[in-house]
Amino acid sequence: MGAAYETLNFKPEACDGCLDCMTACSQAKAQSDDHLQSRIQIVPSGDGFELAICRQCGDPECVLNCPAAALSKNAESGVVDWDQSKCVNCLLCTVGCAYGGIAYDSVSAHVIKCDMCEGAPACVKACTPGALKHVKTARIYNEVGDLEDLFAPGLSGCQGCNTELIMRHTLRRIGPDVVVATPPGCIPGMGSVGYNGLTGTKVPVFHPLLTNTASMLTGVRRHYKRMGRDVLAVALAGDGGTADVGFQALSGAAERGEEMLYICVDNEGYMNTGMQRSGCTPYGAWTSTTPVGERAHGKTQDAKNLPLLMLMHDCAYVATASTAFMEDLYAKLDRAIQAAKTGFAYLHIYSPCTTGWRFPSDQNIEVARKAVETNFVMLWEFNPHDGLRLTHPVENARPINDYLEVLGKYRHLEPEQVAHIERSVATNLGRIEMLAAVKGPTGAAAAAS
Amino acid sequence: MQHTHYLIVGASHAALSALHAIRLHDTEQEVTLLTRDGSLPYSPTVLPYVVSGRSDPARVFLRDESYFAAHKVNYLRGAKVQKVKAGQNAVELADGSNIGFDKLLLATGAAPMLPPIPGLAGLKFHVLRTLADALALREALPRVKRAVVLGGGLIGMHAAENLAKGGVAVSVVELQPHVLSGYFDAEASAMIEKVFSANGVRLLTGASVASVAARDAGCCATLADGTELEADLLLVATGVAPVTDFLAGSGVETERGVLVDEHMRTNVANIWAAGDVAQARGFFSHDRIINGILPDAVDQGRIAGMAMAEDPGTKNYAGGVPLNTYSFFGQQAVSVGVHEGALVQSGVEVKKQLDAEENRYLKIVLKDRRLAGIFGVNAAFDPGIMWELILRAIDLGEEKMAFLRSPQQTARALMSRNWR
Repeated sequence: MGAAYETLNFKPEACDGCLDCMTACSQAKAQSDDHLQSRIQIVPSGDGFELAICRQCGDPECVLNCPAAALSKNAESGVVDWDQSKCVNCLLCTVGCAYGGIAYDSVSAHVIKCDMCEGAPACVKACTPGALKHVKTARIYNEVGDLEDLFAPGLSGCQGCNTELIMRHTLRRIGPDVVVATPPGCIPGMGSVGYNGLTGTKVPVFHPLLTNTASMLTGVRRHYKRMGRDVLAVALAGDGGTADVGFQALSGAAERGEEMLYICVDNEGYMNTGMQRSGCTPYGAWTSTTPVGERAHGKTQDAKNLPLLMLMHDCAYVATASTAFMEDLYAKLDRAIQAAKTGFAYLHIYSPCTTGWRFPSDQNIEVARKAVETNFVMLWEFNPHDGLRLTHPVENARPINDYLEVLGKYRHLEPEQVAHIERSVATNLGRIEMLAAVKGPTGAAAAAS
Repeated sequence: MQHTHYLIVGASHAALSALHAIRLHDTEQEVTLLTRDGSLPYSPTVLPYVVSGRSDPARVFLRDESYFAAHKVNYLRGAKVQKVKAGQNAVELADGSNIGFDKLLLATGAAPMLPPIPGLAGLKFHVLRTLADALALREALPRVKRAVVLGGGLIGMHAAENLAKGGVAVSVVELQPHVLSGYFDAEASAMIEKVFSANGVRLLTGASVASVAARDAGCCATLADGTELEADLLLVATGVAPVTDFLAGSGVETERGVLVDEHMRTNVANIWAAGDVAQARGFFSHDRIINGILPDAVDQGRIAGMAMAEDPGTKNYAGGVPLNTYSFFGQQAVSVGVHEGALVQSGVEVKKQLDAEENRYLKIVLKDRRLAGIFGVNAAFDPGIMWELILRAIDLGEEKMAFLRSPQQTARALMSRNWR
């Protein structure tokens, strides 16, 4: 109980009805091209396509319905296994399944169902439009689920905020040998520094000034190092405390190569204190200090590209991440933790703000996903040896409006403002791609040759 | 006196489904499962396959000891409840011992109903409801050349098929004009009958047995019209009925079965009933019915278990929908819902499609553009999706014609849109 499993994901909007998945499945499972023998069934629905397939339910009704003990939920793989030697062909499993996931096949004369091809689904490999995806994110849940949550229960974030997820997952992964700095912002506001004389974490945490987070962590790390203890120095800071007020301390520590992991949770403004603009607030956005009225139409300057600025410090590791892409985030977190043992690691995580950006609280991850899929933000990582690498290149980017239109802070935008944002996105994309084309810095390339 | 928080009497689908639901919500409080059988839990539905040899009797068990150990369940075999003492929150077993409970689930199922045929009482005959019955029947088979099956329901027909496959000359006597009349209409039943006849099974429908008597080593059944059927083996499969006699004097209200509400609760506050023993509301009529089918037992068991564990997710029972699946001689018959005769006639549409050459039949019954019943012989559709379409009363709207033309594809698309 409690384990998470790999699963298949189907995006109806990407399916073009080619049925290659059904061909691949019937070939893999029945050595036949007959689509009736496919365990995955694409069905036309309106102008598009839908899917009938075994959902490998967590609490499968087909298993409870089987009188012959031929069906069982495999606790290890999560697959609902079918044992032909026990099956009596009574078809009661097909009554239990409300998804058309197990059906009688008259050619093979027994029921058939998806078995996930032992972890390598043939249908996914055959899906050229990318409608089918083999989701393996369960690995993270299973690994991290066993690690201790180092934050106290019941953080007081706004409804739908993803920062609690960032805080809890990050510290679980880092583990208990850590000192955490949470400068003024949403994170202490949510309770990291605690109430009534108790901290909100189970590890040492402190509340530096907005201006000196990186400096204080420098001292903490050096002190423990001198004592011979390997204690990670970690900042969980907002974009205001990072890009504006705290930047000189940050830049200095990065330039000196201090050993720490600095995580910037970027919600594009001073959201904790009443949604004022920051250096990371994008052009056109409403904030309480870039209001919208007769003459003012939101912020008039572009955001500074903070992660690029950090890249220019030639840090040991720099990366951007999004909570809509947790596998990517986790891979980067692992590398950042490693890099912070010998140098300066900087991780920039985009954090849509339900309250300050004005969108429904159940949409946070979707907003984060759209930001990536429109190239409004880009996911990449950098180290001095390999240079910059796009970790989730977006080939057919969605129109920028798909992202802007879901956010209340852009509701007032004039067409020329949208055009400005489009140009900014294109410029940013061009810069990142240019950097990605350089395979490592000249020094490294020369040393290698 | 032994005491347990949850006491479940019975160990088949309703009981196991309730146990599963209880343990999803309450992993701690004590659960005791009683069965009068001496074995691990099994399903009555698998028994015809034990008789035929298709199922290995050692491999039909639905749970094993490790499951009960892992879920902290006290599984007691050979424990027959002979009395429920509702006032004392206890049951009395056949050996006279008592078990106290806080919450009790009656999932005792049904037992074969024996017809009042003169001569039957003194005769050696078989029934098929327990694993012991199945093993006795299987053991008798090698000596049997001729068999008479009383009753053309699912058990009788399954048994007749298996006997015929074993080279036995089988006669099935059914009172109704057609076999399987509870689930299929005359057309579908006729198709099934044709397959049986082609496989050498003699079907005597619309026939009643006047008397049975011993003859030589076997018996002889005399029909109302005077026909005599000699046999080495007599199987009585004229239906099953809930066993409720042990509830006499308990205060638990019974009719044909144990009367229950939307949460499978009886009139006694801490006693529930589910499965073949329960009489619960029907989906198409608010009268309380005995649905007596496996998927419904699973459903009722889950609701009872959730209610007993006070799971806040407990939903009301939607009502029993008649449904069944039936495989015979490599062919399939499936029924979900009701025929037009069971409906108020306004707004009813019926579409029938018969392909004699392929032995294929499909009948769809709609009421006010909603599915009320779908019945097929060798016709492809997903019974689970159809059941859900009925329960959700999905208005087919503009998809109606597409549904009538191609029910499987259309229903799958409707499923994707309505409950993904």
